[in-house]
Amino acid sequence: MYAQMIKSEATQDDPEKLAAFQARIDAGEKIEPKDWMPEGYRKTLIRQIGQHAHSEIVGQLPEGNWITRAPTLERKAILLAKVQDEAGHGLYLYCAAETLGVSRDEITEMLLDGRMKYSSIFNYPTLNWADIGAVGWLVDGAAIMNQVPLQRTSFGPYSRAMIRICKEESFHQRQGYDAIRQMAEGTPEQKKMAQDALNRLWYPSLMMFGPSDKDSVHSAQSMAWKIKMNTNDELRQKFVDQTVPQAEYLGLTIPDPDLKWNDERGHYDYTDPDWSEFFDVIKGNGPCNVDRLAARNKAWDDGAWVRDGLLAHAKKKAARQHAAE
Amino acid sequence: MKNEWPLWEIFIRGQHGMSHRHVGSLHAPDAEMAIKNARDVYTRRNEGVSIWVVEANHIAASSPSDKGPLYEPSESKVYRHPTFFDIPEEVGAM
Ligand SMILES: [Fe+2]
Ligand SMILES: [Fe+2]
Repeated sequence: MYAQMIKSEATQDDPEKLAAFQARIDAGEKIEPKDWMPEGYRKTLIRQIGQHAHSEIVGQLPEGNWITRAPTLERKAILLAKVQDEAGHGLYLYCAAETLGVSRDEITEMLLDGRMKYSSIFNYPTLNWADIGAVGWLVDGAAIMNQVPLQRTSFGPYSRAMIRICKEESFHQRQGYDAIRQMAEGTPEQKKMAQDALNRLWYPSLMMFGPSDKDSVHSAQSMAWKIKMNTNDELRQKFVDQTVPQAEYLGLTIPDPDLKWNDERGHYDYTDPDWSEFFDVIKGNGPCNVDRLAARNKAWDDGAWVRDGLLAHAKKKAARQHAAE
Repeated sequence: MKNEWPLWEIFIRGQHGMSHRHVGSLHAPDAEMAIKNARDVYTRRNEGVSIWVVEANHIAASSPSDKGPLYEPSESKVYRHPTFFDIPEEVGAM
């Protein structure tokens, strides 16, 4: 998931207003930016939508890494379109966050100086072309699990952004599966690369859902507010159940010797990821944390003269027009 | 002092003769760039044939607290809907 471990903010509002607000949510009404909302709802959403947006933007880096080295012109065009979509997703979500009273520059700077996070998954490298297939298949696949139910979230602008995003995501997952399928059905060396990509990305993909939150108070509050629709374990299980047959079709093995179908539960039993690795990556010690933040900072700094120049030009043009009238 | 690009609201008219519809917003230094950016952000899959951009701070909006006085009066006027009237079957489609 692109927003992990979001702490809900405590709320010190008038209990009567709070009850009326909760009643609106329970009745399935959408909350719009100018409506009254608890301070905690507003702050939690800024953090969650912001982290989601940052993930879309930083998520372009591992895939962008292979655009110039895609194996064919067609794959290159597809990957370019996919990465461009992710930029769009980031923009839809930043706009949704801005309706809550945070400015684009503020939220960008919070990413750049490390006050806000992005998904742990993007701190892993894409070492070869098979990884690009695996990212589309697994990472976008995991993101979809969370994004589909979020289309029904209570906050109107967030819900509308999710609806747009979900329309585009299935292309992302399919192009990834198609790319890795071609390798899995290719030469023995190519198949080995596909297996190796799955081996490395399986557990980081499971980590995307975050540690179990079935006893978390933050999670309970967010679920009452309908800004979180399922527990992390529910979504992770759904992802495993969906992905296992897809791997089987490719003739690839999920790197979990204890993975097996549980007839009683009607789900696959699987091994949890190593959560100490997850917390370490979140703290900044993943393989690519430093590179990712450096790349975003460089893009922001290098683009400053363009942003300033275009704005100065626009102001000058407007002043000239004004004078002529 | 921060030099942030202003926010623009984007309206797109789809293929089938519908009105322009609000699709979202974006930042741009001026209207011309807002249209260019809107093309990239909101029409990557043939979503539209025409784009309107309006600077967000030029939009005046009704306030959520006016909901009652603005919209409640129409609730009691059920006769504005054709289904209010019973038309005898013999008369045919109407
Ligand atoms: Fe995305
Ligand atoms: Fe995606």
